[in-house]
Amino acid sequence: MFGLTDRVQHKPVALLAGAAVLSALVLSAPVSAQQRDPAYAAARAAGQVGEKTDGFLGYPVPPSAEIRKLAEDINIKRRDVYAQKAAAQKATIDDYGFTSGCQLILATVPGEKYQAPDGSWRTRTGEPPLRDNKCP
Amino acid sequence: MKRHALTNRARIAKTGPMQGTRFGKRWSAWPGVSRLGVVMGSALALGGCISVNAPDKPIVIELNINIKQEVVYRLAADAGNTIKENPDIF
Repeated sequence: MFGLTDRVQHKPVALLAGAAVLSALVLSAPVSAQQRDPAYAAARAAGQVGEKTDGFLGYPVPPSAEIRKLAEDINIKRRDVYAQKAAAQKATIDDYGFTSGCQLILATVPGEKYQAPDGSWRTRTGEPPLRDNKCP
Repeated sequence: MKRHALTNRARIAKTGPMQGTRFGKRWSAWPGVSRLGVVMGSALALGGCISVNAPDKPIVIELNINIKQEVVYRLAADAGNTIKENPDIF
């Protein structure tokens, strides 16, 4: 009798705890992999990094050591992704990066920085961004 | 032997310094025409060379741009998916 109530009383607690652990595991992993690092998002919004025409991040203003580390880290990951996808498409990394750059520049939001075809840094406004003629 | 002597004499008479240009011209009408033909022919040959070489470069450059554009269009959809699949680094 005592054992039964003990079990009944503890079961929901155990279930809740288990559910909490599971949901934490399931939710936390994709969230960290599917969103920008807060420092990266802040650097974009502040115009400390911008989208270059070649599909990589660049520095519209001289970067601090932290910003440089952050952007280089992302650029290494981007190059890795470009290399894999370009190989699958039988294209060069440069061409794949350029094509991605076209879309990444188009995807900037007002206030973010991007590189115009002439190499100059521009701040995205509500207007369409200046892009290379070869962009689709 | 006799013929040779005759033709030689005739030629000398034609191109002699004292013989006037008018009479000389009438005799040398055919050689003049052929000389004109040679000049026209060489002019045509020169013109042909230039017209072949001039458009060579612009065509090559345009071709490269077209190839690049074709590749960019082909990769566009795949690149869009790649960006969507990796929102943490784009």
